Amino acid sequence: MVRGEPIRVLIAKPGLDGHDRGAKVIVRALRDAGYEVIYTGIRQTPEMIAAAALQEDVAAVGLSLLSGAHMTLFPEVVKRLRKAGLKDVLVFGGGIIPEEDVSALKKAGVRAVFGPGTPLQSIVEYLNENLKVAR
Amino acid sequence: MPAKNDPPDLIKRVRRGEHAAASRALSLVVNEDAVADVLAKDFFKCSGVAQKLGVCGPPGAGKSTLLGRLIARYRAEKIKVGALMVDPSSSVSGGAFLGDRLRVMEHATDPGVFMRSLASRGMIGGLTHAIFGAIHVLEALGCRKILVETVGTGQDEVDIASVVDTVLCVTTPAMGDEIQAMKAGAMEIGDIFVVNKADLSGADRAVSALRGALGLGRSAGQEPQAWGPPVVATSASSGEGVAELAEGVEAHWRYLKDSGEGRARLKKQHAAELRFWMQRRMIQAALDRVSDKNLEDLLALRTDPASLGRKLMRAR
Repeated sequence: MVRGEPIRVLIAKPGLDGHDRGAKVIVRALRDAGYEVIYTGIRQTPEMIAAAALQEDVAAVGLSLLSGAHMTLFPEVVKRLRKAGLKDVLVFGGGIIPEEDVSALKKAGVRAVFGPGTPLQSIVEYLNENLKVAR
Repeated sequence: MPAKNDPPDLIKRVRRGEHAAASRALSLVVNEDAVADVLAKDFFKCSGVAQKLGVCGPPGAGKSTLLGRLIARYRAEKIKVGALMVDPSSSVSGGAFLGDRLRVMEHATDPGVFMRSLASRGMIGGLTHAIFGAIHVLEALGCRKILVETVGTGQDEVDIASVVDTVLCVTTPAMGDEIQAMKAGAMEIGDIFVVNKADLSGADRAVSALRGALGLGRSAGQEPQAWGPPVVATSASSGEGVAELAEGVEAHWRYLKDSGEGRARLKKQHAAELRFWMQRRMIQAALDRVSDKNLEDLLALRTDPASLGRKLMRAR
């Protein structure tokens, strides 16, 4: 038995866009990298995402959005998480996000943004490093 | 406030009904953290009050959706509900995709519902090692109905019967004929049988095949059972039949309380919890002693697994 328990990550899709292939690919990559991944499904409110993160006690929340509403919804999710007392949960995002929005998102508490074409391995490595995977 | 890992504080806050504290306590229990035993000692005192429901059946039978429907019924009556949903861990990476929550997100923001996804983490039989500890956290949190959804391994997931009070076996119209329903295993442990997806064709036949198979014991001259498992047809997607199912669950709970069966089952649950604990600790302790040198000895044929195993089990 391997000691060191798997780290838990929530993958969520806020807002109204229903395209979740990208989110599912991330779920798959993280599962195969040894994470326990919970997926909320599409069309979630920031409030629902924060409640799920709280009950699942995850170390990170990954947000995927293709509709263009990331400037509203990503910061709102961060706000809800902090309000729920989840101060240490790492929030990262991906989807169709223009380069010029990235610094504003980071200022709003989204720690990393992965645009289209990001190799899956670099997302996994980012989480491994920042979630202190001791394996 | 974020939940800290201070046991007395966590215990107090879980018992006060704080979800953040319950969530952290669950992690400590599931990860078999050093303080988990301190928490478990207190939480165990809350056991035996809530009705624990097991939802088992093959993958894709609609267990999670049905669970969501039952939660909605209980919430309409203002009953605090907890749900534990188990999905398989990868034997390759140790990771898991916990996908049950997706079906019950409509209850995400209801303060009267606490749901948690659990990975099986190497345990076969549809559950996870820490399932009892997880249930006790929800009992301490004040949940009065606790739903446990198994991995969905199908025919052989019988451990659930020594974990919960009431077992729902979920199947669908396309799951086979009377011969399937006659087999040992999951078919023997159901307190209520559910033919879900009853909107599909063949539902009536599936219901009568199940009833027929359940009646064979009596035809074979066995004493009639005090509780005859009902067969309920539901459509979790439309909600049809869910009221009848909820009534069946209540009737079973009344039966457990009014007969000696409730006490007998609780005793069986405690026995299973003790067995889980001892197996886990003893096996883990022995496995931790396995060294690379032991494996090299096996490769060099200097010893054999049985002799080595015996030695490792005896070592302190």
